[in-house]
Amino acid sequence: MPIPEASQLVPWVVFIPLIGLGINLLFGKWFKEGIIGTVAVLAALGAFVVAVLLALGLKANPEAVVRPLAVWAKFENIRLEWAFRVDTLSVWMMLVVTGVGTLIHLYSIGYMHSDVRHNGDPGRFRRYFIYLNLFIASMMVLVSANNFFMLFVGWEGVGLCSYLLIGFWFEKGAEGTANAKAGKKAFIVNRVGDFGMLMAIFLMAAAFGSLDFDVVFQQAAGASSDLLLAITLLLLLAVAGKSAQLPLFVWLPDAMAGPTPVSALIHAATMVTAGVYLVVRSQALFIASPTSAAVVMWVGALTAILGALVAVSQYDIKKVLAYSTISQLGYMVAAAGMGAWVAAMFHLTTHAFFKALLFLAAGSVILGMEHGHKASASDADHSVDDPQDMRNMGGLRGKMPVTFTVYLVGALALAGIVPLSGFFSKDEILTAASHFPAIFIILGVSALLTAFYMTRQVYLVFFGRTHSHSAEHAVENGAIITIPLIILAVLSVVGGELNIFPTYHLEHWLEHTLEGIHPSLMVPWVMVVSSLLAISGIVFGVLLYRRYVRESSLQVDPLRRVIGPFFTTLQQRWFDRAYQAVLVGPYYAVSNWLSEIIDHRVIDGFIDGIGKVTIWSSEKLRILQNGYVRSYALAVLFGAVILIGYLLLH
Amino acid sequence: MVPVDYYLILSAIIFSLGVIGVLLRSNALVVFMSLELMLNAANLVLITYAAYYRVLSGQLIVFFVMIVAAAEVAVGLALLVAIFRAKKSVDVDQMSSLKG
Repeated sequence: MPIPEASQLVPWVVFIPLIGLGINLLFGKWFKEGIIGTVAVLAALGAFVVAVLLALGLKANPEAVVRPLAVWAKFENIRLEWAFRVDTLSVWMMLVVTGVGTLIHLYSIGYMHSDVRHNGDPGRFRRYFIYLNLFIASMMVLVSANNFFMLFVGWEGVGLCSYLLIGFWFEKGAEGTANAKAGKKAFIVNRVGDFGMLMAIFLMAAAFGSLDFDVVFQQAAGASSDLLLAITLLLLLAVAGKSAQLPLFVWLPDAMAGPTPVSALIHAATMVTAGVYLVVRSQALFIASPTSAAVVMWVGALTAILGALVAVSQYDIKKVLAYSTISQLGYMVAAAGMGAWVAAMFHLTTHAFFKALLFLAAGSVILGMEHGHKASASDADHSVDDPQDMRNMGGLRGKMPVTFTVYLVGALALAGIVPLSGFFSKDEILTAASHFPAIFIILGVSALLTAFYMTRQVYLVFFGRTHSHSAEHAVENGAIITIPLIILAVLSVVGGELNIFPTYHLEHWLEHTLEGIHPSLMVPWVMVVSSLLAISGIVFGVLLYRRYVRESSLQVDPLRRVIGPFFTTLQQRWFDRAYQAVLVGPYYAVSNWLSEIIDHRVIDGFIDGIGKVTIWSSEKLRILQNGYVRSYALAVLFGAVILIGYLLLH
Repeated sequence: MVPVDYYLILSAIIFSLGVIGVLLRSNALVVFMSLELMLNAANLVLITYAAYYRVLSGQLIVFFVMIVAAAEVAVGLALLVAIFRAKKSVDVDQMSSLKG
């Protein structure tokens, strides 16, 4: 019986990364970088191998298996258990996370080797890989959970890793605090989402008496619609926090303060898709509450277009990708809201491939720029070029040919060009959206914008003249960087095969777990429309930027000439400002008032007052201690007289 | 028989002299002597009443007072010698090192 044996392996997806991080934590001090990196990569790879074995086991027998590991806590009416759930959905997530994660671990060895030296603290190499393994372990806890409680544990675990890795260079950034603030912001915004998650969990515990997926979903069918509405909307809040949806997406652009492979792993490929996973996992709840599902759909669609709009106005190579990620996550959430569960998971998977690829390639560009900066630093010109500003790049096509090729593949996949993976997954979402005209239009415009901003980015980075000394001296990176890029590029090209006519592998894989799957269709007119949108976006980009990047010094962005002041409007970070004005500002004001008035004046004044009274009275009393024995004797005499006088008169 | 009042008045005069001596003199030895005066003034009152009421307890207490006074003188004179070694003086006004 090979099947039950395979599912018995499931705890190892969590424990192998934990062992890896344990080794590096305890003994890493004496390891060289190569060994630290190898341990970490092997830990991630081990988890991937376990996931593959689980998948093979499920292929033979696709029934869901629950593997209890330990009881966390027992109460009178509820029992919290750490149990693993092995079904096609959780194993699919494990495959995506550990697969992409292993490649990013491998890439990180090369990237962090340079990054820790560029930032002047080689000792943090070990810390980085410990965090990275901790992230894989937490993500595995999240996706393998059999109840909402353990899902929440993993949810918090990945949030913690995200915080730690955004603030990895916590003493760097603008004014020496920008990175630390970015980490803090991500953590706090995620707390808002976690509030929703916790409330949903409390409601479920109170109403259903259990947090196990099976029990909750079974009872959901008979639950009152108000209760379901509350639970699902609270879950949506959690999704908005973790998956950077409206209105809680503001932390993701700032999260780019972390090292670039972190942006690829956590803030593009895996952690931010946890929200999509949550919606798909809780599909029974959302099916039972159509209002919530519609809200989810609208939130996703509006996020998709907002992210795409802002992305066209960014100059930082990573910020463009960050807003693009927000936009693509919006696609997934919208798909999940429409009930296109398979399409959401499909896009999640292909997006993990090509967005990880784009981020890692962007990291490769940044490394090349930093190298070029060092090489040109001997020149008389000591201008500090921001190695992430696309206006400093240009002409990198010839200097970094491998990076250019894979970047182009990633960009085309994201733009949705046949036959790359992004085309098929986006097409499936658009097909599902064709039943909702408004959503279809929003997502269509987002697709056009996506193609446009990727074209803009590719032109600014790789074409035309070089616009800085750094770019002029940029060089291609070594094999440890380029090999993961090439593998991801191949995956980005062929990833679409996972779910296309006539095989629909992913759909047949997931139909054992998900309910209410509408058979995927390839609708010709949707394919034509989405291709036309992508191509027109690219053509528009080419027309605008082809000549522009050949200029020796970059003047006004040509897009600004087209859309005028709206361009600057997009850069203004309106949501951040609104939060600043409505929440952060007043909160700071109240805190300041409490600190300045209540603490410094009232409380400190009270304490200081006691001290001052003591000092004042001591000053007065010390006069009595004049040091003359005879005056003390006089005092004794007076005392005696008074005492005796009292006794006599009494 | 001399009236009791005379003893008491004498005792009050001696006590007052002792008090005045303690308060006004700055020589530590004289202060000591004045203290002895005060103790003995008290002793005088005690034996006066002991004789007057014909009880022994008053005389008994006088012995205690004399023993305590002797001990006190031994300690006090030792202190005085130590102070004189340190300060080269027995002036109580100069013993103000612990002035606050």
